[in-house]
Amino acid sequence: MSTPATTIFSPETAARFDRLVTLYPVRRSALIPMLLYAQDEVGYISDEVVKEVAQRIGITELDVRNVLSYYSMLRTKPAGKYNIQVCTNISCMLRGGYEILEHCKQRLGIGHKEVTPDGQFSLEEVECIGACCWAPAIQVNYDFYDELTPEKMDAVLEEYKTGRGKETR
Amino acid sequence: MPRLVSHPDEVKIISRRFGQGAENLDKYLELDGYKATQLALEKGADWIIAEMKASGLRGRGGAGFPTGMKWSFVPKQSDRPKYVLVNGDESEPGTCKDHLIFLHDPHAVIEGTIIAGLAIGAKMGFIYLRGEYRYLLKIMEKAVADAYARGFLGKNIFGSGVDFDVVTQTGAGAYEVGEESALMESLEGKRGVPRIKPPFPAVVGLYGGPTVINNAETIATVPHILLMGGEPYAKIGSERNGGTRLFGISGHVERPGVYELPMGYNLKKAIYEVAGGVRGGRGLKAVVPGGSSTPVLRPEEIDVGLDFDQMGKAGTMLGSGGIVVIDDQTCIVEFALRTIAFYQHESCGWCIPCREGTDWLKKTIGRVHAGGGVDKDLDNIRYLAENMMGRTFCPLGDAAAMPTLGFIKKFRSEFEDHLNGKPCPYARHEELVGA
Amino acid sequence: MADVTFTVDGKKLTAPAGTLLIDACKAVGIEIPAFCYYPGLSLQAACRMCVVRIEKMPKLQTACTTTVAEGMVVQTETDEIKQARKATIELLLGNHPLDCPVCDAGGECELQDMTFKYGAAESKYVEIKQHREEQQWSPVVFFDRPRCILCYRCVRVCGEGMDVWALGIQNRGVSAVIAPNGQDHLECEECGMCIDICPVGALTSGTYRYKTRPWEMTHVATICTHCGDGCKTTLGTRRSNDGMEIVRGDNRDKSGINGDFLCIKGRYAFDFANRTERLTKPLVRQADGQFKEASWSEAIDFAAKRLREIRESKGGQAIGVIGSNRTTNEENYLLQKFARTVLGTNNIDHHRTVDYVSFAAALAGKSERTASLRDTANAPAILLLGNDPTEQHPALAWNLRSNVRLNRARIYIANHAEIKLRRQAKQFLEIPKDGYASLVQYLAGNDSVVAANEQTAAFRDAIRKEESLLIIFGSEFRGRDIQALVEFGLSLPNTKFVLLGDYANSRGAADMGLLPDTLPGYVPVASAAHFADEYGAVLPQNAGLDLLQMFDAAQSGNLAALYVVGSNPVTRYGVDPAVLKNTFVIVQDMFLTETAQLADVVFPAANLYEKAGTVTNTYGDIQLVKKAADKAGVRSDFELIVRLADRMGADLKKLVPFGRGVRADMGQTRGAQSGEADRHSVWLAAHGLEPKLSPFDPFATLDEIQRLVPSYSFSRLELLAGSDQHAKSELVQISAAPARRDLVLPSQDTLFTSGTLGRYSDKLKEVLDSHTTPKPVEAAAD
Ligand SMILES: Cc1cc2nc3c(=O)[nH]c(=O)nc-3n(C[C@H](O)[C@H](O)[C@H](O)COP(=O)(O)O)c2cc1C
Ligand code: SF4
Ligand code: FES
Repeated sequence: MSTPATTIFSPETAARFDRLVTLYPVRRSALIPMLLYAQDEVGYISDEVVKEVAQRIGITELDVRNVLSYYSMLRTKPAGKYNIQVCTNISCMLRGGYEILEHCKQRLGIGHKEVTPDGQFSLEEVECIGACCWAPAIQVNYDFYDELTPEKMDAVLEEYKTGRGKETR
Repeated sequence: MPRLVSHPDEVKIISRRFGQGAENLDKYLELDGYKATQLALEKGADWIIAEMKASGLRGRGGAGFPTGMKWSFVPKQSDRPKYVLVNGDESEPGTCKDHLIFLHDPHAVIEGTIIAGLAIGAKMGFIYLRGEYRYLLKIMEKAVADAYARGFLGKNIFGSGVDFDVVTQTGAGAYEVGEESALMESLEGKRGVPRIKPPFPAVVGLYGGPTVINNAETIATVPHILLMGGEPYAKIGSERNGGTRLFGISGHVERPGVYELPMGYNLKKAIYEVAGGVRGGRGLKAVVPGGSSTPVLRPEEIDVGLDFDQMGKAGTMLGSGGIVVIDDQTCIVEFALRTIAFYQHESCGWCIPCREGTDWLKKTIGRVHAGGGVDKDLDNIRYLAENMMGRTFCPLGDAAAMPTLGFIKKFRSEFEDHLNGKPCPYARHEELVGA
Repeated sequence: MADVTFTVDGKKLTAPAGTLLIDACKAVGIEIPAFCYYPGLSLQAACRMCVVRIEKMPKLQTACTTTVAEGMVVQTETDEIKQARKATIELLLGNHPLDCPVCDAGGECELQDMTFKYGAAESKYVEIKQHREEQQWSPVVFFDRPRCILCYRCVRVCGEGMDVWALGIQNRGVSAVIAPNGQDHLECEECGMCIDICPVGALTSGTYRYKTRPWEMTHVATICTHCGDGCKTTLGTRRSNDGMEIVRGDNRDKSGINGDFLCIKGRYAFDFANRTERLTKPLVRQADGQFKEASWSEAIDFAAKRLREIRESKGGQAIGVIGSNRTTNEENYLLQKFARTVLGTNNIDHHRTVDYVSFAAALAGKSERTASLRDTANAPAILLLGNDPTEQHPALAWNLRSNVRLNRARIYIANHAEIKLRRQAKQFLEIPKDGYASLVQYLAGNDSVVAANEQTAAFRDAIRKEESLLIIFGSEFRGRDIQALVEFGLSLPNTKFVLLGDYANSRGAADMGLLPDTLPGYVPVASAAHFADEYGAVLPQNAGLDLLQMFDAAQSGNLAALYVVGSNPVTRYGVDPAVLKNTFVIVQDMFLTETAQLADVVFPAANLYEKAGTVTNTYGDIQLVKKAADKAGVRSDFELIVRLADRMGADLKKLVPFGRGVRADMGQTRGAQSGEADRHSVWLAAHGLEPKLSPFDPFATLDEIQRLVPSYSFSRLELLAGSDQHAKSELVQISAAPARRDLVLPSQDTLFTSGTLGRYSDKLKEVLDSHTTPKPVEAAAD
């Protein structure tokens, strides 16, 4: 239960973690946000992330793995730089969510939870993302794109391909 | 940016500040911001709870429990600190209302949290947003920081001598974490597995202290109620269902969106007038009235008032207010499959009937949908769902079983067609498994 | 809490308010099925098997989380409930392999039992079941995922019970799975509790799996031969080529002193008995210096003849005897009687792991001042000084942890190391290795002996406020320090004591007089009158040589013979083999140990699992040892001593008072029909009794022990019924403690070692190796 002498994280992230553990009545409450931020920086929850997070919070690595494997946004393998998450849940499905998913598969040449060879994109079919009234909707990393059509989807992909896409971390 | 909609039948209370830049604290103050908090500080806990009871406000998270009553269950004396926990996990398919509140009116959530804290004697509140809402978390974080900077949060708020802290928190992708006790587990850094009840959160909640948990919309409504008075608020709604609520109308309608309508507003009107009717002039096949866990209604059943009691009488539930409209070109078996696939994916796995039942249901309905069903499958689906109902550790099991029973009861012939090898007239996807 | 009255299935019941419904029902014989509920562990309400109908409640309720309330009306077996349970089982079986006939838990599976009871005749499930390869998580734990029903018992027993937390739950929904802390393997204390507690065949034992079926084994509950806690272990045995082989040790019936608990040694480390290197023929050293196998009568004659010659030519003082920490009380008693009456010597000792003599002296005449192992699970306050129970007394550690968890006991620990139990301690004080005696002085009020600070002061204050304290201490205390500690303890209102010694019968060895200066019951050798009367023999009056003095005497040519029973002093005390060059050495052992290698005659001995008798754990709890296994060619130490004595010309009726005071009716009194005697002996055997008509009957010796050692005056009936009996410290006949030489040599065993014996357990060795050479962690599965 301490700040490690050497950290695998950037100074900003490490500083954020130092603060995060002080916000709550118990340190452990910082676990889930910490894992998300760690994933944002490292790309996935690596063994090193598990180790350092466990140490910072003062719990076992098993505890960390028990928790991280529960939450579907946390992954233990790298995703693409831009992770395209297509909602196919009911509201989106009714308004073309599967078409968007299919379209992305074609355009990117990858399937569910796969990564393009250049590591730029990964694709994921996800459950409802809370944009039902603006369906069909997707998220690229944390950014929402809604009321999509295949054409609009192409435009979104193009933006990211050319490095103009928004990036929320 | 989610599109805002508007309709003359709307009564804008919660959504009053939407689109007006109220995420900016100065703008918020211009729009009566933090007045309710100061009033609450002045009048005290008993008054707040009395107003809340008078308002007839019922929880907007789904179960519709009267909010004032919930607050009054918190013991006055407690050895452990008390907490307010705002449920912004919003994960019920068909529901996207809290999204707009966080986006357009973050300070209303903060205000509601403070007031709930004053009512129960808590000094700390947590606002929990689902992990996907990162951009909304940033908005909330900024609002909280601004409120601290002005002394609206922290030590001695508004110079009243009262301390109150708010911490924002995020999940990481789990529907079950919206269930109140699983939410507390998640906030404590654990797996989102619900807790044994009793004890109820009002007695033993977060970190073992008495805790009030409310949906974000419920909380954001609180300041409005205090400003307008409980009774006038109650009058807007229907009997025993005070006020207004945000209804998300999605699916096959002309003008999908989030509308604020008085409680008791007619469902049919909401679909045909407010949301502009079924898209492209098609026929209506079915309506899921309150998020994916509420049993489906057939077109002839939708002439009903949108409140907790009337929907209950109609054999379904008001739920989270997410109305999903399904046109006559949709395969109900596919819809049922997508619904159960969701619950199978989101079951926390703790208890046997839900963990195994959702999986089995998904497999069976999937097989029926793909044309590989066997005769006894339909009875099995019913048998499984009936044996999950009321037997699971938390209501997720019911949430999965209820809609399934609804689909199979009300659209049995469509399931039978799939069994009898009739090609699905609406088939679009060879394989549909869900995320 | 006050009692409440409620109705279950029409029966009016009463139970204290707050009792769980499931427990209240069980107490009156109404069994409510449950997979996830396990008494003493946290509640889960996950399996939903225990659902019952409670009046005025809308839904079925779980009996495992409902507490009884006044006026509650409950139904536990209506059609609705049966249907709910049946559906739950169907759901479980949907994804569960249905290959019970080849499952390792077949016949002992709670899922199988429930299926039988509630029925799941028609299979509604047509999908292909998930198949996954079995995984080996440690040398002793295997995991078969498809069989797991996720009751979380293993996770809880490992975490809450053992405080090891090596098992977790990963993923969610149907993908949820029990996972070990090393990702693909376990890093733990290898206790195997997870295996015993698993209701199905998901967790299986590396020693037992797929060897046999439960109903093909004979199950014998006996006492573990390893540490001083004396747990009951149930040994599953089956016929082998040369006797009865032990295939499993477990604790499923929980009837023993150890309750739920069993550690790695009690569970798996019986395998030394099956080692191929076991001695099965006597060995006699030849003129060329080599061992040669001999027949029993040759070897016994040879050894007895030499002993007699030496006794006659040089006197008993030229003979030494070293006894064992793992032989029965009867054997130890017989050995000292043999030494004193047949060999005529007080040169008798054993490897002392702790100073029981000083402890007995300090407590002599004080009644009810020693605690049983059971007491450690209930005592409200405990002071633990020295020792590391997690490593050396695993059952005690379990009890202390459970006591804190379930009864909020207050534990105060002072130790020179940061032992694991400090995690349960209310206060933990780290002190120097040589600081125990000063700490006691400080506790007793002497401020000048330690550099006291706030922490030590708070420690002392808290202890002195306790109204009922249990003081548990280890080999750090000896001689006068024990005296001082006991004196301090007795100054508090209501104190009990435990001294922690190391092996299964270390306490028994001391109690039974394997000591040069005290007879059984710590009677000084100088005041041996009533022993002499009973034995009808003259006993040597002067204290004999202790163990180290015997080797000194051997070196200086004054020890002509040494008789070693079940002990390996050569290695233990680092004895130079040359020392024994001119001593005639007889060794009884299972293996050709370093000591046996120096012997002139070696007798193959049976171990504790292959004989009957009693042992006394370090707390003074006396328990029955039953014969479970058998190995052709070996003899019990009891039999060996008797035969040796016989060949030396001793009067066996005097040595073993067999046939005395016994009403062993073989049917003669009723004019036996043909076969009646046989039936009668079957009856006796079934009741754990033996006809006392044989000089090899250890219970005849127990009769004598009970006559002569008042602290052992316990109920025979209870003992034979399988209950533990506590030795009575107030009846110890020792007076003051004369200054004695400190001969204590703690074993320094860990969870995975057990003296010389432990070295012959393949399982322990495998586990030890796996713990010292860690596996590289592979990438996480799925
Ligand atoms: C499986 C499940 C998921 C839930 N998800 C949410 C949710 O995302 N947001 C929410 O406000 N309430 C959710 N609830 C309801 C909460 O348990 C709780 O009733 C609610 O937060 C109480 O707030 P209210 O009284 O203001 O409605 C969920 C309940 C269940 C059983
Ligand atoms: S019903 Fe059971 S498995 Fe399903 S989410 Fe609730 S506790 Fe978890
Ligand atoms: S159904 Fe897609 S966002 Fe809700």
